[in-house]
Amino acid sequence: MAGVTARRARKQRAFRWIVVIVLGLFFLVPLFAMLMFTIREPDGHYTFETWRQFFDWPQLASTYPDLWTGMRSSGELVLLTVALMLVLLVPTVVWVRLRLPWLRRVIEFICLLPLTIPAIVLVVGLAPVYAWVTYFLGGSPMTLTFAYTVLVLPYAYRAIDAGLSGIDVKTLSEAARSLGSSWGTVMWRVVLPNIRSAVLSASFLTVALVLGEFTIASLLNRTNLQVAVELLGKSSATMSVAVSLAALVLAFILLFALSFAGRRRGQNRRSIRETS
Amino acid sequence: MTFQERPLDRDASSVGAAGGRDTVPTPTSNSVAVHLNGLRRRFGGVQALDNLDLEMAPGELIALLGPSGCGKTTALRVLAGLEDADSGRVLVGGKDITELPANRRDMGMVFQAYSLFPHLTALQNVEFGLGLRRVRSAQRRERAGAMLDLVGIGTHADRYPHQLSGGQQQRVALARALAIQPQVLLLDEPLSALDAKVRVQLRDEIRRIQLEVGTTTLFVTHDQEEALAVADRVGVMRAGRLEQLGPPDEVYQRPSTAFVADFVGLSNRLPGTVSGDRVEVLGTALPLVPGAASGIGSGAVNALVRPEAVDLAVDPDGRGRVLAASFLGPTSRVSVAMPDETMVVAQVASALLPELAPGTAVRIELRPVPVVVEAA
Ligand SMILES: Nc1ncnc2c1ncn2[C@@H]1O[C@H](COP(=O)(O)OP(=O)(O)O)[C@@H](O)[C@H]1O
Ligand SMILES: [Mg+2]
Repeated sequence: MAGVTARRARKQRAFRWIVVIVLGLFFLVPLFAMLMFTIREPDGHYTFETWRQFFDWPQLASTYPDLWTGMRSSGELVLLTVALMLVLLVPTVVWVRLRLPWLRRVIEFICLLPLTIPAIVLVVGLAPVYAWVTYFLGGSPMTLTFAYTVLVLPYAYRAIDAGLSGIDVKTLSEAARSLGSSWGTVMWRVVLPNIRSAVLSASFLTVALVLGEFTIASLLNRTNLQVAVELLGKSSATMSVAVSLAALVLAFILLFALSFAGRRRGQNRRSIRETS
Repeated sequence: MTFQERPLDRDASSVGAAGGRDTVPTPTSNSVAVHLNGLRRRFGGVQALDNLDLEMAPGELIALLGPSGCGKTTALRVLAGLEDADSGRVLVGGKDITELPANRRDMGMVFQAYSLFPHLTALQNVEFGLGLRRVRSAQRRERAGAMLDLVGIGTHADRYPHQLSGGQQQRVALARALAIQPQVLLLDEPLSALDAKVRVQLRDEIRRIQLEVGTTTLFVTHDQEEALAVADRVGVMRAGRLEQLGPPDEVYQRPSTAFVADFVGLSNRLPGTVSGDRVEVLGTALPLVPGAASGIGSGAVNALVRPEAVDLAVDPDGRGRVLAASFLGPTSRVSVAMPDETMVVAQVASALLPELAPGTAVRIELRPVPVVVEAA
């Protein structure tokens, strides 16, 4: 009996490793190919010249001004979008939970919509809106933050909603209110500290998504990192691939950190014990 | 924020001396009267509060008792400012606070669900309200520590809520509510999630602490034993209004309506006949609770008789037959069938049980304690 169980456990373990390895190859081989492309000369020598240039930011800025602008735009877009997403989403979701529970399904539906609409269709809808945005705010790439906030809603909403499900928001906020907290204090000192890892998840997902976004920026004629990379590909293929690789790796690291943060939280939960 | 620094009128060292107190509330200088005036609140088709009036004396502990859904929590939440009444006023210390938001009301609350902030230790939880009142850090810590000592959990100050048992968490919640020296303390079924033994222990301790700090307190519960044990006065609620408000013994011994008699304690419903201020039940004339028969007049009624007012005597000529007995410890409940198929439940000393096997013929005697009646 025990032998059967042990054998099955061993089989399952083997299967898990196979899955991990296949998936690992699936993700890593292209990355490895990209890396090789950036460090191999046509004559077969290896050189890190591209990477030296990549990390020498002042020189990078002067050699590839468009790339530099794109990188900076995307960096700023990341910050703006994360901020806008949090400011919009956290209070809304909390308020809906506290005061308008019947609206929850509606909000969830609205937040998931962007997932079901292809980016190209989204752009068709966004174009007339952005005509107005351009009219009022100019053509700065920063205006993309509105579109991106919409785009990250499905992921960010999920993350934050899951975080809020882990605590009794209603009771906690009522306890804080009765102790004398304003609504701002309730948000800042009671809700946020208890959904920190959810907020972190939502932010990481936003960063990954904004760094990788190409379609909307390109179709709305704004330059972000991916648009710049694509342009650069026509003149300096190695640098463009190096930048893409760096962006991908950064996104991977963030997602990895995210799952790690989630794991840590889970372990805390499991350590709950009754000590009467 | 309207918080004055009031010195704690007790220190941690006086805690142990609390045992010898009598049970008369001793209002301290900061005890205030509370007045709920004609509160109404409707949720869709449900009238949760239906013209509720309640006056609480300074330092008094009133237990709101009633079946689930009768509006107890709603009443407490309206007093706390967490729910708006459709009409009616809330007065605390003579001031009308009906329009005041919850965070400016200065009320300490203990909830049924565990409500400690999970990211803060026990001590930090208790400090929370003091921090909002700009109490300096050292003083805050000292006061929070004293509060944790008061509720008997000072040694667990650095534990997080998930490291505390349910009973311990409710103690910390009580300390947190009291730390801000609230005008009113509100407890919404604070013990209902705990197991029986802890429940009784903590219940008595809540009363001890309440007497010590003298805060006017509203204690909501659906457990009649709990209500009778802790309260100065018990308010029995039914469908959004107060059915009876009085000291525990009065509510128990002289229930003003059949509903109260039924809900507080166990009652037999026995057929009887009213004449004047007496009701004849099973051949015995029992006095009526004053006013209990008004609106019924004379004639056939059901009288509500407590099991402890029923005596059994083994008598071969008795008209009752013992049906069953359930052992409750020092006393037991014995159910007896009468020839007309009425069932009478009697409470007897358990020592008598061996004589009262099922089938035994018994004579029933009713003690002449006042009873309420309802139309038959
Ligand atoms: N937020 C609410 N929305 C709808 N109905 C409610 C709400 N709160 C209370 N009720 C209803 O009001 C009545 C009284 O509720 P409550 O005060 O919680 O009763 P109790 O605490 O005595 O069990 C119940 O019928 C309940 O369903
Ligand atoms: Mg309730």
